[in-house]
Amino acid sequence: MSDQRGTTPSQTIGPFHRIMVPWEGGAELVATDDADAIRIQGRIVDGAGQPVDDCVIEVWQANVHGRYAHAEDTREMPLVAGFEGFGRAVTDGDGRFDIVTVKPGCVPGPEETVQAPHISLSVFARGLLKQLVTRIYFADETAANDQDPVLRSITEAGRRETLLALPRAAGGAPPVYDFEIRLQGPRETVFFDV
Amino acid sequence: MDQPTGYNRDPAAEQPPYLYPDYRSTVLRAPKRPLVPLPHTLSEITGPVYGHEKVGPLDHDLTRQHDGEPLGERIIVHGQVMDTHGRPLPDALMEIWQANSAGRYRHDADNHPAPLDPNFSGGGRCTSDADGRYRFVTIKPAAYPWGNDPNAWRPAHIHFSLFGTAFVTRLITQMYFPGDPLLDCDPIFNSTADAAARQRLVCRLDLEKTEPEWALAYEFDIVLRGRDATPMEG
Ligand SMILES: [Fe+2]
Repeated sequence: MSDQRGTTPSQTIGPFHRIMVPWEGGAELVATDDADAIRIQGRIVDGAGQPVDDCVIEVWQANVHGRYAHAEDTREMPLVAGFEGFGRAVTDGDGRFDIVTVKPGCVPGPEETVQAPHISLSVFARGLLKQLVTRIYFADETAANDQDPVLRSITEAGRRETLLALPRAAGGAPPVYDFEIRLQGPRETVFFDV
Repeated sequence: MDQPTGYNRDPAAEQPPYLYPDYRSTVLRAPKRPLVPLPHTLSEITGPVYGHEKVGPLDHDLTRQHDGEPLGERIIVHGQVMDTHGRPLPDALMEIWQANSAGRYRHDADNHPAPLDPNFSGGGRCTSDADGRYRFVTIKPAAYPWGNDPNAWRPAHIHFSLFGTAFVTRLITQMYFPGDPLLDCDPIFNSTADAAARQRLVCRLDLEKTEPEWALAYEFDIVLRGRDATPMEG
């Protein structure tokens, strides 16, 4: 096509993004007392093991039925009123962030495969010239995870586990999952080339 | 279900790398392991969709958020949001944030000893119209020191954030001003290897859209990733 042009280069979000206009709803995709609510407590550390305290985290996910609230998802599956599937959180002084959401359903993958429940996640920060992209999977979805085409494509020992959110011992509502993001080091999180 | 059509991937030289040692903060934050290729599934070709309900009528005008007018040079920043095929992207939610005319952000973490302006917050929002066009009114930000080395100064810039149509079109970038001598020594600007791609970050003085006796205009088009021409092989 003659009108072809190049994408605008990415540039770091920098340290002063909190000036961005406040985002209503923020990191609560559903109310804490929603029957399906889960809480994901995340933490981000850098190559020196130090907390990354100036991140913006964005998540994107399907609803509990595995349906995305987006025109490209044309499957005849229910939408959930009020559930958009997007959230934005910032890390605190300990590099921690908190997201209240639901565990999404399975969604289709390439070649008739089924993708296990997962949340797409972008990390923006000073020192990141473009966002890092990873996925949150759930350690208690063993059967679905074993069939997931993306997890199966990660064959190196120990790497797949970096994508698993770990359910905390029972008790309390909503249930809590822990998810650690390591930018570097022996347990460096798997980041995707999208 | 049919395989979704993915989005094109940019040539490596036209986007910055993660590790760029001249920008010191990348050293402990850039992943050291190779990225894992991710096919574009439904999870990647969908993304948050936000319409005009998130944007108030004056959110695009950073000079009218307080009782008084901010100090500095009033400017209009406008342009078109499109994809790599040149197709306009309507209803794109855009956020901007910037330093004031003295080079100071209204942010707790900014301790540059330049004055704050009580009439300038430095954040704005708008959506592109049916032709993908947008327009902000603001003041020209100034350069500021940033500690990357003992005498490092960022060229004047405005931060832009856009969502586009999919998770993979999400873009956060910065707009620079033409002829700024600080561009040559700014590692963030220079992290993109391809010189022509870097120039996409520099706006253009636009005398045609300038409003006489009121404000200079600058034009800044933003290109987001476009769909692949052909469906991906299943
Ligand atoms: Fe900045």
